[in-house]
Amino acid sequence: MHHVTEETIEPRVAAGSSHPPRVRVGIPAPAVDEPIEHPAIEVRKLSLWYGPKRALGEIDLKIAAKKITSLIGPSGCGKSTLLRSINRMNELIPRVRTEGEVIVDGVNIYDRRVDPVVVRRSIGMVFQKPNPFPKTIYENVAFGARINGYGGSMDELVERSLRQAALWDEVKDDLKKKSGLALSGGQQQRLCIARALATSPDVILMDEPCSALDPIATQRIEDLMVELAREYTIVIVTHNMQQAARVADRTAFMLAGDDLVGRLVEYGLTDQIFTSPRDSRTEAYITGRFG
Amino acid sequence: MQQAPTAGELPKLLRRDRMRDLRERAIGAALLTAAAVGALTTAGIILSLAGETIRFFGQVPIVDFFTETEWTPLFSIQKFGVWPLVSATVLTSAIALLLAVPVGLIAAIYLSEFATLHVRSLFKPMLEVLAGVPTVVYGFFALTVITPFLQGFVPGLSTFNALSAGFVMGVMIIPLVASLSEDALSAVPVSLREGAYAMGATRFEVATRVVFPAAISGVIASIILALSRAVGETMIVAIAAGMNPILSFDPRVPIETMTAYIVQISLGDTPYGSLSYLTIFAVGSTLFFMTFLMNVLSFWVVRRFREVYD
Repeated sequence: MHHVTEETIEPRVAAGSSHPPRVRVGIPAPAVDEPIEHPAIEVRKLSLWYGPKRALGEIDLKIAAKKITSLIGPSGCGKSTLLRSINRMNELIPRVRTEGEVIVDGVNIYDRRVDPVVVRRSIGMVFQKPNPFPKTIYENVAFGARINGYGGSMDELVERSLRQAALWDEVKDDLKKKSGLALSGGQQQRLCIARALATSPDVILMDEPCSALDPIATQRIEDLMVELAREYTIVIVTHNMQQAARVADRTAFMLAGDDLVGRLVEYGLTDQIFTSPRDSRTEAYITGRFG
Repeated sequence: MQQAPTAGELPKLLRRDRMRDLRERAIGAALLTAAAVGALTTAGIILSLAGETIRFFGQVPIVDFFTETEWTPLFSIQKFGVWPLVSATVLTSAIALLLAVPVGLIAAIYLSEFATLHVRSLFKPMLEVLAGVPTVVYGFFALTVITPFLQGFVPGLSTFNALSAGFVMGVMIIPLVASLSEDALSAVPVSLREGAYAMGATRFEVATRVVFPAAISGVIASIILALSRAVGETMIVAIAAGMNPILSFDPRVPIETMTAYIVQISLGDTPYGSLSYLTIFAVGSTLFFMTFLMNVLSFWVVRRFREVYD
């Protein structure tokens, strides 16, 4: 048996306890936004109404592939609504009407001929509050594959997805014993990410994925997001501006005017938005003067 | 008693209000009385049932009661095997459930997962009106409408039979299954549904693979409640199923359920205190025990299969 000395643990503890503010590598320091040539998602003149109330006003937004894009803004600015219109979740709400286009892979997903069920299969989503199904961990991950009639090895898929979501080591011994709801909040959220990954989407939408989590669980999710951004396009809605600054390559600032219609105010590289915003309203928001 | 030196000069505001204390106690007592009415009634029913039942079993061996297959307490040769009555109750209740469970559950899933708000607000009250129809009306409906209708294509169907009584009883408990199951399904959080939709589940997959399993304990409880309602139902079977205590699972012939037998003796000219009269307490106890068991079962099911989804 190995004798673990204090010296061997000490550096890890030190590294874990005092995190230097993490800076994303690969973003050029001067905030000059290069145009996005082959966007994974292109939102064109998107407007949305809840009944008679308009919530989104002609949003135009290009989202870069395999990057993290964050949507920020005060409550009621329409950022979640915009996120949910990327996988056509809004139409599950009665009396919602959408105008405009969302182009994914060259196809307008709002085209009459497009099946929303298929759209949602290729665009995963993680919600504000972890919402695992009241089933075992295994069944949670296998759910999407089962309804899609997945033909491969389910065991492999479950393991791969849980590994990708950095949850495998914690749950591998009780995959079929434990309910997804028996996990901690942070584990539940990673389970939901694994569940989304199991349908092999191209895009993952995250609606304030850390707002119900403690700082340590939050950090694990953020690390995971950065990791996943190598393979997936990630769009995240967040209330937490530090989070946007930490993880996002690009940031979009939204705001609802006096008419309560959410509009895109400013969009650019995260560094530029946070260090030299062009719009005075963006500056007021990020410096904490409102919202 | 310890007294602080300043007790005599306690500010008026801080002093206990004796009148208010009394009032509070009186209110508590009044509420307790109201709550006790239900509990005492139950206790009274159990006691009176138990007393007469013990007297009955003093004269008829309990073994005969549960092993004989004939029920002839009004004949000169008296036989006290309860099974003909139990089988009739089981048969009519089973027919009722066979109709009410699938129809009720499908209605519940439709109302909770598929119907628009408008349709639901229209249908649910209509469904609940069904539950308010007096059972004597259902009984005559079974006898005068359903039986003649079924006689058109069920050969050998008697005027009194288990089939139409069970069928109409099924119609009667559909709202119970549908309404309570719908409540259980609607109580499943929207976040679970959204999670499933976001993975590309269709409406049907969301309903059957996520919402229904999550609500299963409530659904089972609604079925057990409907079953005990069917077992205890009296008017429909007394009117439409007959008063012929035979041990038979043929739904076309007249039979006699436990409840119908109790009605028959209570309304007839059986002398008070006679052995035949005491039979209704023995049958009543058996019935009470059956529904009690089902209630315990439903309580256990709800706890055992309860999936905490929040």
